[in-house]
Amino acid sequence: MRKLLLYLIIITTGIIFIARLFYLQIYNTSYASLSEDNAIKVIYDYPQRGAIYDRNGKLLVTNQPSYDVMVIPRELKPFDTLEFCSVLNISKDKLIRRLQKARSYSPRVPSIVIPQLTKDEYAFLQEKMRKFEGFYIQKRSLRDYQTYHASNVLGYIGEVNDAAIRKDPYYLSGDLIGIDGVEKQYEQELRGIKGVKRIQKDRFNRDIGPYKEGKFDTLPVNGKDLQITIDIALQKYGERLMVNKRGGIVALEPSTGEILALVTAPSYKPELLVGRKRSREFTKLFYDTIGKPLFDRGVKGEYPPGSPFKTINALIGLQEGIVDTQERFSCHMGYYYGKTNRRLGCHSHRSPLNMIPGIAHSCNAYFANVYRRIIEKYDTPQEGVDNWKKHVESFGLGNYLGNDLSAGRPGRVPSAADYNKQYDYPTYKWYATGTISNAIGQGEVLATPIQLANMTAAIANRGYFHTPHIIKAIDNKPIEDKNYTVPKKTSIDKEHFEPVIEGMHQVYTQGTASFLQVEGIDICGKTGTAENYTKINGERVQLTDHSVFIAFAPKENPKIALAVFVENGYWGARYAGRIASLMIEKHLKNSISRKDLEDWVLSHSLEDEYAKPYSKEPFKINQ
Amino acid sequence: MAKSSIASIDWLTVFLFTLLVLFGWLNIYSASYGDEFASWTDFSKVYIKQGYWIALSLLLIIITQAIEAKFYERFASVIYVFSLASLVGLFIFGKTISGATSWYNLGFMSIQPSEFAKAATALALAKFLSDMQTNIRYLNHQLKAFLIIALPALIIIPQPDPGSALVYSAFLFPLYREGLAATYLIIGASAAFLFVLTLLFGPIWVVVGLAVAMFMFLLKNRKRKPKYSRYLLVLLVVTGFCFSVNYIFNNVFEQRHRDRFNIVLGKEVDAKGIGYNTNQSQIAIGSGGWTGKGWKEGTQTKGGFVPEQHTDYIFSTVGEEWGFLGATAVILLFIFLLARLLFMAERQKSTFSRIYGYSVVGILFVHFAVNVGMVTGLLPTVGIPLPFFSYGGSGLWGFTLLLFIFIKLDANRVNEW
Repeated sequence: MRKLLLYLIIITTGIIFIARLFYLQIYNTSYASLSEDNAIKVIYDYPQRGAIYDRNGKLLVTNQPSYDVMVIPRELKPFDTLEFCSVLNISKDKLIRRLQKARSYSPRVPSIVIPQLTKDEYAFLQEKMRKFEGFYIQKRSLRDYQTYHASNVLGYIGEVNDAAIRKDPYYLSGDLIGIDGVEKQYEQELRGIKGVKRIQKDRFNRDIGPYKEGKFDTLPVNGKDLQITIDIALQKYGERLMVNKRGGIVALEPSTGEILALVTAPSYKPELLVGRKRSREFTKLFYDTIGKPLFDRGVKGEYPPGSPFKTINALIGLQEGIVDTQERFSCHMGYYYGKTNRRLGCHSHRSPLNMIPGIAHSCNAYFANVYRRIIEKYDTPQEGVDNWKKHVESFGLGNYLGNDLSAGRPGRVPSAADYNKQYDYPTYKWYATGTISNAIGQGEVLATPIQLANMTAAIANRGYFHTPHIIKAIDNKPIEDKNYTVPKKTSIDKEHFEPVIEGMHQVYTQGTASFLQVEGIDICGKTGTAENYTKINGERVQLTDHSVFIAFAPKENPKIALAVFVENGYWGARYAGRIASLMIEKHLKNSISRKDLEDWVLSHSLEDEYAKPYSKEPFKINQ
Repeated sequence: MAKSSIASIDWLTVFLFTLLVLFGWLNIYSASYGDEFASWTDFSKVYIKQGYWIALSLLLIIITQAIEAKFYERFASVIYVFSLASLVGLFIFGKTISGATSWYNLGFMSIQPSEFAKAATALALAKFLSDMQTNIRYLNHQLKAFLIIALPALIIIPQPDPGSALVYSAFLFPLYREGLAATYLIIGASAAFLFVLTLLFGPIWVVVGLAVAMFMFLLKNRKRKPKYSRYLLVLLVVTGFCFSVNYIFNNVFEQRHRDRFNIVLGKEVDAKGIGYNTNQSQIAIGSGGWTGKGWKEGTQTKGGFVPEQHTDYIFSTVGEEWGFLGATAVILLFIFLLARLLFMAERQKSTFSRIYGYSVVGILFVHFAVNVGMVTGLLPTVGIPLPFFSYGGSGLWGFTLLLFIFIKLDANRVNEW
């Protein structure tokens, strides 16, 4: 027994020690990371962010150096506060507050005292820096914009937030990340990869050389340069035309789906969101809840498409074989339907009309007849609506386009299920006439300007489209993404497009936009005048109609397809049509021959119109 | 005679010893090498010095084996007295290194006599207990034995080197083996247990708790008519002990001693001040993972974060660079060596050799247990080296002598008459 006890003590001790080692080395991982923290210092080497060029190779965005004044509180020595404050132009209180904040964050880790000095401030300060021990200047890189335009396309960069850091451990607190637009969408390409240096430290926090002779160190990889599809000259012209108006212009190249211009109004200069003034300016833009400059109307504004949508109904009618180009429908200032003879109004024009003049004069009665036949071709309105929806969606409406813009909205194309729910089917029945507004793009249909532009491109191409996209080349290599290079077919056969396009051509030659012809260019377009409502003190109030226009040109082998949307601009040709016509001329001829037309657009403002709902007084619309 | 003696040397023990010493040297190298190449005469490098100590210990081994085995028994008392004298001499001629006057300065090196006093005490105790006249069951013999053990310890404590003095508790091993009543061990263990309880909960709660426990026990067994006076006496003694522990801890101990206990008991957390050593050492070991960072690749070791890493904290280098597997291997090596020595001690025909063997096991075990316990944060900081591993000439030589005298005695067992 006595002999055994000693063996027992020794073996028990061994087991306890091994268990303790297991706990320290295997079970409890916090010790492992502690060791990484205190013995190895990691230094990052930030690469240059990629530049951005427009489709013609014009430089839009590059980098500028910026200088942060940093402090390591532990290393501070008494210094001449007055001189320091006067050099940096800050108050003594502010300096003391910042130093206290830095000290409470960490006495050993550098903190920013004054961010983003200009070059001049830096030059002045640098000579004096040696007097202020504990401070030093760290160079960073900021965006430098070579253009005042396309801020909604380019987006901006800012410091990463905690959520982004948790999602992607590549980012560290204080790193910059693309927050909107191309900067966000192509963050991976633009940012490059930062280099890492690991330094072995001793217990006094002194560097004693590279960790493992730099075996794990990496060099930074510079960001890739991007070429985007925007034509900055056209973009700039579009933004000029939209001054004092609200709405969007989206111009596409039909043969490729490239976005030539993506205008939203009102907009702002991209340089406002750079550097020290970013947060102040951003707050200003963010709280402008009336103009909403940060809201990209071109991709996010969901509007009733209005009459341009009639072209789609015409195409579906032809494809379904329920109408031919010759059949004529009469119109007596509108279309009358139902037991109570309800009226879908129309404007005055000659009657009856067949398809091509029906489009040119935008006859509501004609398209009410066509739409009703599309739905009533099937035994139930449910089947009819779903079949119609299938055709409409093949034009890229009613869902996200799947493009490479950082924002977007799906729009809306109603389904039979939507109507069943709305009418409480089968308790109450509904028929084609109950959805008759869809005939003229009014009712339940919603689309964003970019969806309308894409729809126009699909008509221009006679039956297919390329998903609209903003990226043209990465590091001088043209994109090969199948999503953009492979065309998507609509459900309409090619031969049905010619009459509809002819109708759109006649819109210009003799129809609703005949005063906007451009010499030498065959334009095909369609006006739209969309009714809209708002709520004032909880009351539904109608506002002046939105002015909508879609167009492509030239008629054969089209080079540009666009949709213009001007909020409360009244009838289609009034604002949107004029702007579309000028944009087409600018793109195809690169000069404007109709100076009077241009002056009219530039000099007319809709601000009075926009002020009406806020005036708190009764107002008239559509003047 | 010498021939058969060499043949009967326990080569397994020698092999384990060699493994530990060489592996220890590898770790000392890692904990102390610089970037520049050091010549073999560069005595500023501790790993080079340790190399010389190892080489010279070879000489010691040869000497211990060449000396007649009977010499150790015959001259045990002389060696013991000489050793005591060398300890006393420190008060006059001693050299102070990091606060402790424990060294003789010989110019080219310093000698720490307390490292050799352990072997001398082991010899003296073995000699006394193996005497035909001695019976450990007699109180007056017990007192004599305790005196032999306590004398060097009492001289060492005020140097001050309480860690080295603590090692003398190791002689409970041979005493117990030779028949010391288990009561001593039970009393000792209970005292230690009460000590920790008192520090954790305060004397009042411990005494109240014990009183309640006793009351319940007596209530249950009241039909057996227990002797209440005896229980009352125990309670009184415990009360006295607890309050005196409390008093001594708060009034006699110095603050650094209190801190060391408080940190291990988890009553205080201070990673930067007094708890720095233990904390850094645990970080280093913990960062090793399963297989460690590799020889000479330990970031904590390179950065010099663990103080005294090449001496008392050498085991943290093992933990960091060789990982769980390496550190476990070292622990198993020690356990194996200790078990082997126990087995060897038991096979001695001579009582002297057996008692000496048990002393060797006891001393090595206390060093091993206290050192590894301290480095892994299980025990308070007590500065004693890890046998064969830690840097230090006196230490290495002391342990070598201790072990190889026993190997010589063991090898000689066939010649016992």
